[in-house]
Amino acid sequence: MIPFEYRTPKNLKEVHATLKEFGSDAKLIAGGTALVIMMKQRLVRPTCLVSLRSVRGLNSIELKDGGLRIGGLATHREVESSALVRRRLPLLAETYHHVATIRVRNRATVGGGLAHADPNQDPPPTLIALGATVKATSPNGSRVIPLDEFFTDYYETVLNLDEIITELNIPKMATNTGAAYLKFLPRTADDYATVSAAAVLTLDKSHKIIHDVRIALGSVGTTPIRATAAEDLLRGQPVKAEAFAEAGEKAKEAVDPVSDFRGSAGYKKEMAGVFVRRALEKALANIRQLAKAKPAAKTTKKTVKKRRKR
Amino acid sequence: MNKKIKLRVNGKKVEAEVPTNRLMIDFLRYDLGLTGTKEGCSVGVCGACTVLVNGDMVSACLELAVFADGHDITTVEGLAKNGELHPVQKSFIQYGGFQCGICTPGQVVAAKALLDENPRPNEEEIKDWMMGNLCRCTGYYKIIESIQKAHQFAK
Repeated sequence: MIPFEYRTPKNLKEVHATLKEFGSDAKLIAGGTALVIMMKQRLVRPTCLVSLRSVRGLNSIELKDGGLRIGGLATHREVESSALVRRRLPLLAETYHHVATIRVRNRATVGGGLAHADPNQDPPPTLIALGATVKATSPNGSRVIPLDEFFTDYYETVLNLDEIITELNIPKMATNTGAAYLKFLPRTADDYATVSAAAVLTLDKSHKIIHDVRIALGSVGTTPIRATAAEDLLRGQPVKAEAFAEAGEKAKEAVDPVSDFRGSAGYKKEMAGVFVRRALEKALANIRQLAKAKPAAKTTKKTVKKRRKR
Repeated sequence: MNKKIKLRVNGKKVEAEVPTNRLMIDFLRYDLGLTGTKEGCSVGVCGACTVLVNGDMVSACLELAVFADGHDITTVEGLAKNGELHPVQKSFIQYGGFQCGICTPGQVVAAKALLDENPRPNEEEIKDWMMGNLCRCTGYYKIIESIQKAHQFAK
């Protein structure tokens, strides 16, 4: 690693001032699990590291409008072990649990992971399927960016140099909705996915018609990919196994994987279709599971309310 | 460029001036002489350099020494108290939780972190937690057994 200046601003205002001082030669660092490796390999050579580790108040995980609001500096481990996340959106805890090892998850932050924009990561497909947005804050204010418009290329996003991800927002799931994330891991448990797919499926009241669906894939292109054509094929259609298989076939047209030691491009494309189908099937099973568990869920709600009054 | 840092390493106060690009693994090994922590892959995958920062396990090869300013580091040298080995160390010895030994400091520190959180983990919980600590001798059965039986040595 080449020598660099190391700054530890205490709040966002100081962070922005330091970024302004060093311009494009500065790099933000939070967990550092990705950036330190890139600096060791001299792929990135900042003259100043602006640490976010002393910035307080950006790692909370809370309810917001029935959905979840997660601070940009919350670690992967904080998300996966949060009682609130596990209760409200178990899929999100499960997805963050899939990332690398506990050592990495203890350090890697939610905002840092997204800004790193490696298309092989686990959280983006799940977050895109859930309709998540990020809040990016610059000295001029904040803007909200839907995650399916956030990634532009390998390691590149729409973020400007002076913008910091301060929040990740995941909206409340509609009723009659199920969600699933599948990670195809033929090698080791801590590996990147060979192919990953997330699906969030909403049925109508009768549970016979697909009201809405969102599908996203990882590790099959230069960014995480939302399979909109496959979604269009399903919306308004009756719930049938054939429809899921067709959507899987359609999703294959949206992907553009590269051949590497995890598989050939052709193989990954095939697997993308298979895993989209399976994710849809699992999301459907999730709806049925939730419907069965409903009476129990009501009682829990009451007890939670009672506890709050105390 | 150098920076002054103040931290605790295995309970002892340490003050040092380190180059900003000094890695924690090198700071521990070369500046403090704590060579129990090993460097394996250098990219955070193998777990040989596992240390605890404020009780959380991390890869010392991915941490900068300056990150440790104001924090509390535990390395394998800090597990024994008053000359008595930690229960997990006793268990690794009793149940043969190592072969060549290069991964052992990392295994022991990671196992300590697990046992702090979950004193009686089952096999699945151990595998899930220890997944990122690789043993190239593939002595996993004995490592799992050692962790599972460590409670026998706790007072």
